[in-house]
Amino acid sequence: MSNYRIHGATGEWEVVIGLEVHAQITSQSKLFSGAATAFGAEPNSQVSLVDAAMPGMLPVPNRECIRQAVRTGMAIQAQINKWSRFDRKNYFYADLPQGYQISQLYHPLVGEGSLEVVLDEKDPEGSTKTIGIERIHVEQDAGKLMHDQHPTMSYVDLNRSGVALMEIVSRPDMRSPAEAGAYLAKLRQILRYVGSCDGNMDQGSMRADVNVSVRRPGEPFGTRTETKNVNSVRFVMAVVESEARRQVDLIEDGGTVVQETRLYDPDKNETRSMRSKEDAHDYRYFPDPDLLPLELDDAFLEECRASLPELPDAKRHRYENALGLSTYNAAALTADVETAREFETLLASVAKAAGKGEADVAKRVANWVLSERPGLLNANNVASSDPKNSIEANTAIVVATESGQISGSKAKEIFEKHLTSDIDLAAEIAANQQTTDTGAIEAAVDAVLAANADKVEQYRGGKEALFGFFVGQTMKAMQGKGNPQLVNQVLKAKLG
Amino acid sequence: MTDITDLGVAAIRDGVAGGEFSAVEVAEAFNANVAAAQALNAFIVATPDAALDAARATDARRAAGQPLGKMGGVPIGMKDLFATQGVQTTAASHILEGFKPEYESTVSQNLWNAGAGMLGKLNLDQFAMGSSNETSYFGNVISPWRRNDGGNAAMAPGGSSGGSSAAVSARLCPAATGTDTGGSIRQPAAFTGISGIKPTYGRCSRWGVVAFASSLDQAGPMARDVRDCAIMLEAMAGFDPKDATSLDLPVPEWEAGLNADLRGKKVGVPREYRVDGLDADVAASWDRGIEWLKDAGAEVVEVSLPHTRYALPAYYIIAPAEASSNLARYDGVRYGLRDLPDGAGLQDMYAATRAAGFGAEVKRRILIGTYVLSAGFYDAYYTQAQKVRTLISHDFRNAFTECDVILAPTTPTAAFGLGEMVSDPLAMYLNDVFAVPASLAGLPAMSVPAGLNREGLPLGLQIVGRPFDEQGVLNAGLAIEARAQFTAKPEKWW
Repeated sequence: MSNYRIHGATGEWEVVIGLEVHAQITSQSKLFSGAATAFGAEPNSQVSLVDAAMPGMLPVPNRECIRQAVRTGMAIQAQINKWSRFDRKNYFYADLPQGYQISQLYHPLVGEGSLEVVLDEKDPEGSTKTIGIERIHVEQDAGKLMHDQHPTMSYVDLNRSGVALMEIVSRPDMRSPAEAGAYLAKLRQILRYVGSCDGNMDQGSMRADVNVSVRRPGEPFGTRTETKNVNSVRFVMAVVESEARRQVDLIEDGGTVVQETRLYDPDKNETRSMRSKEDAHDYRYFPDPDLLPLELDDAFLEECRASLPELPDAKRHRYENALGLSTYNAAALTADVETAREFETLLASVAKAAGKGEADVAKRVANWVLSERPGLLNANNVASSDPKNSIEANTAIVVATESGQISGSKAKEIFEKHLTSDIDLAAEIAANQQTTDTGAIEAAVDAVLAANADKVEQYRGGKEALFGFFVGQTMKAMQGKGNPQLVNQVLKAKLG
Repeated sequence: MTDITDLGVAAIRDGVAGGEFSAVEVAEAFNANVAAAQALNAFIVATPDAALDAARATDARRAAGQPLGKMGGVPIGMKDLFATQGVQTTAASHILEGFKPEYESTVSQNLWNAGAGMLGKLNLDQFAMGSSNETSYFGNVISPWRRNDGGNAAMAPGGSSGGSSAAVSARLCPAATGTDTGGSIRQPAAFTGISGIKPTYGRCSRWGVVAFASSLDQAGPMARDVRDCAIMLEAMAGFDPKDATSLDLPVPEWEAGLNADLRGKKVGVPREYRVDGLDADVAASWDRGIEWLKDAGAEVVEVSLPHTRYALPAYYIIAPAEASSNLARYDGVRYGLRDLPDGAGLQDMYAATRAAGFGAEVKRRILIGTYVLSAGFYDAYYTQAQKVRTLISHDFRNAFTECDVILAPTTPTAAFGLGEMVSDPLAMYLNDVFAVPASLAGLPAMSVPAGLNREGLPLGLQIVGRPFDEQGVLNAGLAIEARAQFTAKPEKWW
């Protein structure tokens, strides 16, 4: 349980949070029409007759959108309803050509599910909390009004009109801004793994309506407000904080919280009232008579299930248990699906090239991907998608390190050279091959010890920290090509 | 040779195919009748050039030895509820006046593909809401029929497909499309002495048909006789992936399957349709129908449809509910009428546009529909009505365990005079009391002419069949047609 409390003038308050997340379903075409869904197209260039609600036009469900929502439901272990139905939500607005939104009120596609969130992202094995998900339903997005095109008129862009959304409705199970943030981040992670939503909150592909109420700990729920269309994890946390504070102040000043819709202003970091329950619409929901109930057969469900990728939690556990990675590294590698995908590709490639099992090389690959390579890419302004950062190049470098051909530091040096200039990577590795010729190492060590007799004296007198100095000098003398283990061994033996 | 315009679909198709006359001659003859019948106000827009173009294409195909299609050379009237590309499509409403779609409805396209041509867009009740064709923004359609009392009272052609019924019975076209939501094909067919069939819900695509009540709307043919209906329905019907409620079934060869021999068939007569005060002529016509079907070899049994009395109230909840939502798109934003008063905001524009654009009956139904769907009333009205609808379906399912088709009057009375019912919407709604149950159950149902009443006005008999059994309905219709020998036609006064 969270101990997050708001300290009011009259005592402590607990915040209760539920999120309704609208996630745009990744699909080529809209929920009920064949029009395209690409982001950023010219206004009204992706509008079919159906999207513009021309007379006599009819919706036909897009199988792929349904499939994506079902796969998402499966990823949160939710009940998939084999029988569901679309309803019309009726209201007039210029961005809503039909005069109704096709949604699912009474019989949603996906029922009860849940998500497990880690409360401290730096501590993946720390305490977790299960957040209930009430339902996921599928619905149409609206168009967009543009108020800045004409002095007295508003324009409307219907490109988004009819785009498929999933509305993912949580239980009021969250009790702190951190929990709300963690829930949203986890949900986005899963959607991206499943591939059902790109999760780009800045493009509006994912946005949250934040329901907040406050109460004295242990008392029944208070009256909630709903802050609409919050478009980042950070803002969701800020909304919870500021709205809970506002409610506490209001109640403690003798006021009452009104059930209403609010908007968040990120510049002022505050929410303001949009409309209250009194002037809320009567949406007159009823089953859409243009559409038959949606009935899913077992083969369809089986295909959805079979197409699900390994999900982040399962992947993280496998990295720890089967690959022997640290909890931290496993969590870092699975945080987003692209990182995990690249790691697994590189791991397979390295294991194959090195002739070893994946578990044998996993730590080295993980360290390379998480610790060594990022600095090199950053320092040289190379994007991870740059062709220079190919799986082949990474494999060559990691395998050469793994087999003892080159040292770790040489590996970084060579890779950096590869990133910034045109070199023959294989030749460069060969040229920097470290030596395991003990004779040569012994000769180099002897020379170093002879040249530093005073330090040898000090070392033998108990200043053991000097060992590193001797290693460095020997490696320098050998232009970095001495095998570090052998250098260590020889030094230890000679220093006595 | 008889006047071409006295011929029906089959005769024209066969005559054109056999070279007795050209398709262009046919189109010209009907174009002339359309032009001469302004007094009936059956057409909102005449399209003589479209009819001629289609006819020339048919003649060219014939000259080239190519097949002519099921409707080759047959010009038809198109109810103005079907979107026709480049031709004004209004649903008889001011709010769509001047609207020319950039698309063609599936049903009309199917007809053109089958070789039919378009004589024009037929008048109707506004948004298909009405039973007398008195709600059209473009004026009443006048029935070609008159009472035999020597007076010249203008009679209702029925509705909502009143332009279609008037035009077919007045020989302005050999056949026309209709749509039927709660009787809008059958009732006008009965009022004007022609045949019309509403097929099983889903047979004809709704794509491109201006929606009234989506779960009930169904297109069908209106023509001179049963065979013509069979031919035209074959051309209209078919699975359409653009309509999610379209039936994914092959279209049967209804014309080839026509057979008036009903031996081995059972005809059900529903007890509950014998309502108190049923018009004596209508009751007598029904009794004659029963005898005709017995004569055709059928066994007649009494059946029960116990929830019949709840059908009309349920219909007048469900249809307006759907309509109130379906008509929300007419908002002045993207097409059609826009009324933008000075300094008006969005809400003002909606209000002004819809106030000016919709007629009184349309507004009445939008209000009813909005009311029955609103919070607090939804369960009492809409949910309850849907339960009734299910019970009505069960009634029919049970009845069809005892019979193959059901015989009933199409309407409780013959046509009434224009203006006689407008002040009493409930009396007007009652006109569809026998037609509505089959609509709620989505069943195929047709009206065929059965004779004249004492005023010289046509009466129709209705046959309702099992789902997908249009053939059984058509065959029973054919058996009645063969015995009714209905040859009456309106005296030309226009």
